[in-house]
Amino acid sequence: MRVGLFVTCLVDMMRPRIGFATLKLLEDAGCEVVVPQTQTCCGQPAYNSGDRAGARSLAEKLLAEFEDCDYVVAPSGSCAGMVRTHYADLVADDPALARRMAALSAKTYELTDFLVNVAKFEHIPGNYAGHPINLTYHDACAGLRELGVKTQPRALLAQLPGVTLSEMPGAEECCGFGGAFSVKFGEISAAIAEKKCDSIRATGAAAVVSGDLGCLLNIEGKLRRMGDEATRVLHIAEALTEFAGES
Amino acid sequence: MEIRSMHFKARAGQKLTDVVLQQNLKKGKSKFVDMRAQAIVEIDDFEATRVAAKVLRDRTLDNLDLWLEQFERQATARGASVLWAKDGAEICQLTIDIARRHGVTKATKSKSMLSEEAGLNQALEAAGIQPVETDLGEYILQINGNEPPSHIIAPVFHKSKEEISALFARIHRRPALTDIQALTREAREILRPHFLDAGMGISGGNFLIAETGSVALVTNEGNGRMVTTLPKVHVVITGIEKVIATLEDLSTLMRLLPRSATGQSISNYFSVLTGVKQPGESDGPEHLYFILVDSGRADMVGGDFAEMLRCIRCGACMNHCPVYQSVGGHAYGWVYPGPMGSILTPLFTGLENSLDLPQAATLCNQCGVVCPVKIPLPDLLRKLREQQMERRLRPLVERLALKAWAWLAQHPRLYALGAKLGVRYLKWLAHDGARNDRIRVLGLAPEWTLGRDFPAPEGKTFRELYTSYAARKENP
Repeated sequence: MRVGLFVTCLVDMMRPRIGFATLKLLEDAGCEVVVPQTQTCCGQPAYNSGDRAGARSLAEKLLAEFEDCDYVVAPSGSCAGMVRTHYADLVADDPALARRMAALSAKTYELTDFLVNVAKFEHIPGNYAGHPINLTYHDACAGLRELGVKTQPRALLAQLPGVTLSEMPGAEECCGFGGAFSVKFGEISAAIAEKKCDSIRATGAAAVVSGDLGCLLNIEGKLRRMGDEATRVLHIAEALTEFAGES
Repeated sequence: MEIRSMHFKARAGQKLTDVVLQQNLKKGKSKFVDMRAQAIVEIDDFEATRVAAKVLRDRTLDNLDLWLEQFERQATARGASVLWAKDGAEICQLTIDIARRHGVTKATKSKSMLSEEAGLNQALEAAGIQPVETDLGEYILQINGNEPPSHIIAPVFHKSKEEISALFARIHRRPALTDIQALTREAREILRPHFLDAGMGISGGNFLIAETGSVALVTNEGNGRMVTTLPKVHVVITGIEKVIATLEDLSTLMRLLPRSATGQSISNYFSVLTGVKQPGESDGPEHLYFILVDSGRADMVGGDFAEMLRCIRCGACMNHCPVYQSVGGHAYGWVYPGPMGSILTPLFTGLENSLDLPQAATLCNQCGVVCPVKIPLPDLLRKLREQQMERRLRPLVERLALKAWAWLAQHPRLYALGAKLGVRYLKWLAHDGARNDRIRVLGLAPEWTLGRDFPAPEGKTFRELYTSYAARKENP
């Protein structure tokens, strides 16, 4: 199956290695992966800021880039959620376009949801030889509440013999990122992040893992400012490739 | 009530460092959230009950005028008078007129958010009528100079026992007590004579039932019953959107309201009040008035924000909101805090009077998934943001930045160049000799680095790296 990788703007700029880890997981799962070179952003920043016209133009751009793929996969519940749950609303006034958009939405997946429920990826290849590691998982809001991503990343982590998971209290609570919220209301955002970081640290896990880079940058930034240099902050794609070992 | 929602951000900043508030929020949150979670599993199919509640609320709201007329007919047939108020000023005037008609100089009050909207206590005082709040929380606020509530269910959520003890000692002129039960007993002793000699009782209304002309009251203190049955005049002040069709509908909503609000299967008191005292009946008011209030609600019917009218004021949205739980209710600056307040305040008081509120949300949708009547709160906040954009109510810099970014994202080659240069700049900013993995002060987005670091980018974009990766793959 031909899978279009939507890298997301944040991964493109901040953490390319998440993009490559995603690419590896999709290829290991047997997908033919294409990466349209003109892709930029799903338009969520515009949509959430009240700029529907800007969001719509980017939705139409993404449609043109990925329409011919069997599936579209993003290493982000937030971006996949934007395509899946909000794109149709943006073009509701154009029935023909809305039909095409609905088809795109239906075949767009967050990475772990795709690996578990579409690719049925049951054996992550690898020969991890490092120390056993204890992780904790933060359920990013959009993935959890827009797409139902909850058991999928945990099922994938459970395939890795070296990994144990210590659940934090309030794993489903927001980390305080909220896109532009984090720079418009920096103090409130950081205060929410602090509670999340306290919960993470209470588990004693060596690393916190999540499916959205926005949350991870927020959490990492807060942990470091709190003086925690030890807790690693990893995207689920990084965790799944690193703790599988070489394949 | 005075609208102070323009100052959300400044007030929020103060609230973040308010030690008492922060302790109370922490305690209160786990109580509200955990108790709700335990209570909703008592219902076989909570989700289906939410759907049923949404459907029955929409049924009356879709034909609100007809259901209100039916309510008026039924209530009138049972001896009540139904009056209509278009705004807060009319609420105050109608209430004062009723008091004067019956020679009332003192009115006991059970909780009514509409009277908070209208600033009714101040209006009654100015007219020479003494209002006495009898809900314990509301009473505490009243004797503290008519302080506004910070939560719709728990109005003194922000106060410590010690503050209340000192307040009671000062106002009641009694020795300071430390035990909560003793403090409550003291309030009861003070309130009891008021219950007995007030000429009028004022209450809110959780629901209006069209088929019987009744009002349903959900309370946890006995005060609601005393306010509505002891005085010879009872005035119900509530919003026009509170009407539901039948008692059957009421039973469905009552499965959700106490569980969503306080995690109770049923509130301590639940009253359905119908008509005036009939011959042979031992209690009830001789005169019953309904003041049904528009104050911006009618304009919402059939519009972009119609779904907000379903709200049954349970407070679950604020109990689960990361922002409310960080800053408390007073930061929001008007009657309703949290997600529901961030929607209602702009709609009722004007978008231009509450510019921060629609923006002050992470859109995490914790509120939406706990709302017992399935109001898509984040979608409504986003619609308000769209209106802010259309009306140019956001700062010019923000609007220009969005436009510039959206334009750039439409032009992939320029976008790629911008991203390439941007990440190099950020990487350079992170260069401080020892660690190169974080930015301590980010001039581009200074708010981010007020309370946390900004992790540095790797230094090259995925696009750049993938181009060389793909080339290597082609020609290994």
